[in-house]
Amino acid sequence: MPLLLMLLLLLWLPLAQAEDLPSATAESDDTGLYLLQTLDVASFQDKAEAIRLIVTSDDPRARNWLSALLEGNLQRERSGRFVLVEGTSGRDLLVSDALSGEALGAINRRDLSRISINNPLRNQLRSALALIDLYSSDLNLRRASAERLIGEVDATLAAVLPDFLDEETDRRVHQRLSLALAIYRVEQGELAAVEQLSGSLHSRARVALTRAQSSDDAQLSEAARQALLGIEQKLKLNRAAETLYFGLSMGSVLVLAAIGLAITFGVMGVINMAHGELIMLGAYTTWAMQQLLPGQPGLALLLSIPAGFMVAGLTGIAIERGVIQFLKGRPLETLLATFGISLILQQLVRTVISPLNRTVVTPEWMSGSIAINDALSLTLNRLYIMAFALLVFAALIYILRRTRLGLEVRAVTQNRNMARSMGIRATRVDMLTFGLGSGVAGLAGVALSQLTNVGPNLGQAYIIDSFMVVVFGGVGNLWGTLVAGMSLGVINQILEPWAGAVLAKILVLVFIILFIQKRPRGLFPQKGRAAGD
Amino acid sequence: MWLTQPLYERSTRIFLGVLLLAMSLVTLLHLVVPADHPLHVSAYTVNLLGKYLSYALLAVAVDLVWGYLGILSLGHGAFFALGGYAMGMYLMRQIGDRGVYGHPELPDFMVFLNWDALPWYWLGFDSFWFAALMVLLVPGLLAFAFGYLAFRSRVTGVYLSIMTQALTFALMLAFFRNEMGFGGNNGLTDFRDMLGFDLRTDTTRLVLFLVTGLALAIGYLICRAIVTSKLGRVCVACRDAEARTRFLGYRVERVQLSVFVVSAMLAGVAGALYVPQVGIINPGEFSPLFSIEIVIWVALGGRATLYGAVIGALLVNYAKTWFTGVMPDAWLFALGAMFVLVTVLLPRGIAGLMHNLNERRRRVKDKPQDDQQELPV
Repeated sequence: MPLLLMLLLLLWLPLAQAEDLPSATAESDDTGLYLLQTLDVASFQDKAEAIRLIVTSDDPRARNWLSALLEGNLQRERSGRFVLVEGTSGRDLLVSDALSGEALGAINRRDLSRISINNPLRNQLRSALALIDLYSSDLNLRRASAERLIGEVDATLAAVLPDFLDEETDRRVHQRLSLALAIYRVEQGELAAVEQLSGSLHSRARVALTRAQSSDDAQLSEAARQALLGIEQKLKLNRAAETLYFGLSMGSVLVLAAIGLAITFGVMGVINMAHGELIMLGAYTTWAMQQLLPGQPGLALLLSIPAGFMVAGLTGIAIERGVIQFLKGRPLETLLATFGISLILQQLVRTVISPLNRTVVTPEWMSGSIAINDALSLTLNRLYIMAFALLVFAALIYILRRTRLGLEVRAVTQNRNMARSMGIRATRVDMLTFGLGSGVAGLAGVALSQLTNVGPNLGQAYIIDSFMVVVFGGVGNLWGTLVAGMSLGVINQILEPWAGAVLAKILVLVFIILFIQKRPRGLFPQKGRAAGD
Repeated sequence: MWLTQPLYERSTRIFLGVLLLAMSLVTLLHLVVPADHPLHVSAYTVNLLGKYLSYALLAVAVDLVWGYLGILSLGHGAFFALGGYAMGMYLMRQIGDRGVYGHPELPDFMVFLNWDALPWYWLGFDSFWFAALMVLLVPGLLAFAFGYLAFRSRVTGVYLSIMTQALTFALMLAFFRNEMGFGGNNGLTDFRDMLGFDLRTDTTRLVLFLVTGLALAIGYLICRAIVTSKLGRVCVACRDAEARTRFLGYRVERVQLSVFVVSAMLAGVAGALYVPQVGIINPGEFSPLFSIEIVIWVALGGRATLYGAVIGALLVNYAKTWFTGVMPDAWLFALGAMFVLVTVLLPRGIAGLMHNLNERRRRVKDKPQDDQQELPV
């Protein structure tokens, strides 16, 4: 704190033209009132003086006052009392006393007059607030303030920042502030500062360098050009990384949507056109869970993972028992019948819930993003969904390879009659396998509810894509589905910037149609006994 | 003779007789009976029936490949829509400068998109005969290219169904784009006249209805000729035992390809007849739902009978019109239930049901006989 006071005095006091301040340590609140009264004048120049005065006063309430002033929330009552507007209540304003901080309830707008500011004052207020925050002991405040200062440094700030940098212990604040200072220096034409900016990906740094590039100073212009070239190179890498990230995230959605299908279609050989609607049911389960547990979106989401699995899985078992078991060995008829079921499920949701989209809340711990650097930040919800997709995939591999159920499923797939004569109840295995595949579709729905709108058409959008992934990867091969889903996602993201979203999708479809001509059994065809039709 | 059984056997005679009778009856009731008489058939109904007949032709085309060749195409809507677009482009060019913007050359949507010249693929569509040729060629060529690739690498069964579905889905996405030059989302509409006749008059509608009926009869006969020919026998052989047919020395992929192309052309003609009657063609016709709906018409009517496809198309579409008028929400329930019930309970459709009833009657009359026409499923 003494440093703060010293710096501020150094900065502001000469400009404050030695107003005689009442003692800042006075018990009564005369100081505060006096400070606010100096603000409440007509001339903007006088107001500028008053702001400086408030900053130098070292009053703990200074930050509140100044930010309220910036927002237009610092107002004066007819009685002369200064208040801070906290919110609105009908046509009245909810206010609190600016000095004591006590809530004063609702006051009619007409009884209040706002202390007006203009644009130069706004700028002054912003840097004043930034400076106050920089000296705050709250690390988050310091970081946010340093972030805000990038590209906004002016002469007065530039004068204090070097000293401040010596004192700052947090690495990030330090790094951001040096960047901010370097930008200012480049703008001032300092050759040495160009070096500092050469690796930075911040857009303001690039703006400063571009401007320096067109300066008259040949040396400076050349240095800036070199720095920009280096930055461009780095940006390209970052863009590639971003495309890969989005591609993998889209791919993991595809994998989630298709992996259930890979079980019912790939392992069992049943064409389930209602698969998309099972995904939709999973998404609606999430929505329903959030309706049941209002205010706890995170808990609801976690609970809807098992719930979505159960809902979709049981629906799947019902479909298997009710329809599919009667169509054994007639794949085309199965396709038509399950398509009929998908129409019924869709219309059921439209009639019972609503034809309109429902919103599913994203819990706090899933929103936001991780900033890798200034040009690259990874959205958290996609990261979670990627992890979820891999988790589901691993679980399925485990079930099919390491459990009794998986063993029976593989046995029934390879040789139904032999498996039955070994005492495996094939119809029960059929039922459970179909339930498992459907349940996974439900899990996909839970994940999708975090990315897209939840509506009756949700499943339709994914059914063709899912089939493409399974066919592309090779029917009956879970690993193929994983590789196919991920690569289709990445291909789509690579094509999208220059072809547009729709054309990219068309190109991918055409690509798969052509690919199937070359390799009718997909990327990883089954070999040996399992390959027999 | 190259036909293995008479072209005009009983079912064909009955079908053509009923069709001709119905067409003349509708014409008579529309023209002669006064408008306030309860038996009068309004121009609206004539138009609706014309639409159903074009659907029936489409269903016959699907039955040809599904019933006799065993290829479940979930993309025949694409061929239908392409034929429709070819006709729609001709009708667009006929509008001339009577559009909203009054441009002498360009259709309204191109003026709206600030295009200054017709794209090359629109050239020639001001001639009816060129457009008519394209109605056959465009779906035919697409079917040829797709079929050549698919049948050569022996993509059959469910794989092929999903591929055809992806094909129509990709085309739908493509036609939704404005840049394609086919009117994007809105498609082609606002047609005025065809070969100089105003499309909005009752007489033109009646003529279109009759032409569609005639096309259905011809298309039916073409399919009948194919299935009764040696080619048709090979088709059935491919359907029932593809590998065995191949080992017997037949070029299965050529049989499949040629019949698939014919079927796509028939679907194109159906689309071309459909468009002037409904007055619009938009990418919705490419939607996978429509294509799969066609299949349920055939399944309900009974596949591998041809006339069953017609019955199915008429019944389902009549039901659709009725449902959308009375309780629109229930239509998808009914359609979905139809899919499930027909496949589970009525695998041979209404035609199979009629066949069974006939058999039972005959069995009561004569001695019981083996049912030799058992359809493998």
